Amino acid sequence: MSAATSAVLVAAALASSAAPPQPMGPMSPRAMADMMQMDDARPFATLSFDQLEARDTHSGTAAVWDLEGWYGGDYNKVRLRSEGERLDGVTSDASVELLWDCIVARWWSLQLGARHDLGDGPGRTWAALGIEGTAPYGIATQATVYIGEEGRTSARLKLEYDLYLTQRWILQPKVELNVYSSADPERRLGAGLSDAEIGIRMRYEFRREFAPYVGLDWLRLAGSTSELRRAVGSSASDLQFVAGLKFWF
Amino acid sequence: MFDKSRRRFVHGPATSAPISRRRFVQGVATTAAAAAGVRLAGAGALAALGAPSTLRAAPADDGGRVLHGPEIDLSIAELPINLTGVRRVATAVNGGVPGPLLRWREGDDVVVRVTNRLSAPTSIHWHGVIVPADMDGVPGVSFKGIAPGETFAYRFRAKQSGTYWYHSHSRFQEQIGLYGPLLITPRNGERHAADREHVILLSDWTDIDPEHLYRTLKVRSGYFNFGRRTVSDFVSDARARGLSNTLSERRMWGEMRMDPTDLADVSAYAYTFLMNGVTPSGNWTGLFERGERVRLRIINGSSMTYFDVRIPGLKMSVVAADGQDVEPVSVDEFRIGAAEVYDVIVEPKEERAYAIFAQSVDRSGYAVGTLAPKSGMKAEVPSLDARPLLTMTDMAMGMEGAAPAALHSPIVDSIAAQPESRLDDPGVGLRDDDRRALTYADLHTIGGPLDSREPGREIVLHLTGHMARFVWSFDGQKFSEAEPLRFRHGERLTLVLVNDSMMLHPIHLHGMWGEIYTPEGQFLARKHTITVQPGQRLAYRVTADALGTWAFHCHLLYHMEAGMFREVIVEDAS
Repeated sequence: MSAATSAVLVAAALASSAAPPQPMGPMSPRAMADMMQMDDARPFATLSFDQLEARDTHSGTAAVWDLEGWYGGDYNKVRLRSEGERLDGVTSDASVELLWDCIVARWWSLQLGARHDLGDGPGRTWAALGIEGTAPYGIATQATVYIGEEGRTSARLKLEYDLYLTQRWILQPKVELNVYSSADPERRLGAGLSDAEIGIRMRYEFRREFAPYVGLDWLRLAGSTSELRRAVGSSASDLQFVAGLKFWF
Repeated sequence: MFDKSRRRFVHGPATSAPISRRRFVQGVATTAAAAAGVRLAGAGALAALGAPSTLRAAPADDGGRVLHGPEIDLSIAELPINLTGVRRVATAVNGGVPGPLLRWREGDDVVVRVTNRLSAPTSIHWHGVIVPADMDGVPGVSFKGIAPGETFAYRFRAKQSGTYWYHSHSRFQEQIGLYGPLLITPRNGERHAADREHVILLSDWTDIDPEHLYRTLKVRSGYFNFGRRTVSDFVSDARARGLSNTLSERRMWGEMRMDPTDLADVSAYAYTFLMNGVTPSGNWTGLFERGERVRLRIINGSSMTYFDVRIPGLKMSVVAADGQDVEPVSVDEFRIGAAEVYDVIVEPKEERAYAIFAQSVDRSGYAVGTLAPKSGMKAEVPSLDARPLLTMTDMAMGMEGAAPAALHSPIVDSIAAQPESRLDDPGVGLRDDDRRALTYADLHTIGGPLDSREPGREIVLHLTGHMARFVWSFDGQKFSEAEPLRFRHGERLTLVLVNDSMMLHPIHLHGMWGEIYTPEGQFLARKHTITVQPGQRLAYRVTADALGTWAFHCHLLYHMEAGMFREVIVEDAS
């Protein structure tokens, strides 16, 4: 077919087309999305107990949790985080964070919010600024700086990684470090690195959202924190057996 | 083509027995009687007479699953269904999944009255059929949708012939059964003679509520991947290829934070793959007589699944792609994306059963049926191939400097730095076996392009996404963030699709054909749904001869819902 013939054919086809150019008429994008039932910006919510476990500590069996949840869309989320420990029915150490989370790069989001510490000693409230995301090699990373009352500052780093032994047996190494700019004797915290926690947990995913695990957690209290806590019977170094459940909705 | 036993099966009673994994994948066993298909009364005669009266269905009783046009009434309603041992509710057309085969003749003035008996709005889109903009069936774009209780009459002229299909364009109804085959008989007879034909519609059924499935992907996008690389894979790779090679390969993927096992978002963990609505254990069977030329009209009506189709023991001669006749090409296997259609002719020479085997691209499961000289026969089902891994080719690695700034977005996780045309690449998992697999370079639509004018301009669109966040887009913009694409009425233009993501995307432009050309400017094929492989740059030409507003999207349903959708407006140049 020559270009000329085909142009004629196309022209003929165009002339015969009587289709309404805008069948729907003018319409707002919102109205259109509603009619299409296609909402690529709708928010979702999830809550995940990454750890809910019993720990065999020096002072007895402790219940420990580490959870994270969020509500929001692709760009902005409200994020809730909490971790802590209960011993003999009393919350000995815990924190709750509420953060606005905004994705800023391919693998990272920026977070801004507040943290409140509970447990032994007076409660402490902090402003929080952090990043969360995936470091190279798929290492899940949270790094947060906290600014508290009376000029206190603090920082927390959490790293974890999923190593697939099989499609359902998953080994998860995890590291958490806490640093404080100044001592807080009422909460038995020294200045500098206060504690380092290195854990390894082996879980079995019966379902992706339901995975019991066992593991070992090595808790190291550093420097002056160690001394402050020795008074209440904590040892500087404690290797703890853990057993628990990871689950999410 | 569809039989009554399958309808019983669809309505089958729920069972309270626990579902084993095998049962979930294989589905509930049932005794599906064989479909005789349509026996054609002599190909020569057919070509000469060219009227459907020369077709006789055998047996004549098709159980109401074939509806002949030009006037057809369809009713969409909920249907209790039990495919895996669990009772679920499908959205069904005329009480079956898939819906009835609709048969029109080329040139028919078609009237299809669709009544909505659901409690939600619905729609039917005639996939690949060129219709006026207000008959295209996309709510919000072509019309208002069909409200509950309402009847909408689609009216248009069937100007083309070939194998097509229809499906809902409303939310996730397509996932749970609202689809069916559509056949338009050519006025002047079939170009490629056959003695008998069967329609084979592949689909992916899930017992999971699609809204929940979508949410799962948004919350944990890797949820359905049970093919991840493990420690023992590392050990065996290190043994086979050396430790340092293995480490450097792992390092490359690790640095990119990508996973070479990300072949499909939804696997057989959630899906039971169906052939004409029948599970693998149901064994859909199509009959043949030895020595016949049997035409199989194979439609991928699935929501998220790429299938690799083959019939061990038979060569397949591909005679049409997306309803358009092509120069016959003989292959052992072809990959078919969601919404793509291939017609093949096979010539079984032995008095035995042959398996029609369609494995999913991630090798997590398969749909299977049988071609047999009589019912009740079953061929040996091949085992699934080893799960392939994405490669350097799929990544199109290199410096990312050349990419448009818009792609440097937090919702885009990779940019193909050196995309290549690769029209002769059958794709991941099909490159290294000894089977001859179809590629787009093998397709030659008979009669050449519809419009041989040189394109006046080129529009480049990047297929982008973020696997972990499950956000999908064109040019880094979701549908809700993007302006419509505008074509000038009558213009011939080139659409260049660059797939920056690591997934296959079947891209569908409504209302207008896409004509694939080689980079050297040689015409290959006319298609309605065009697969773009990871790291591929694929160019096709479009004549904007259809005034109006049209949908343009990835035909993986959850990619579309997550933003990989654009409006296309064809308007007068003024």
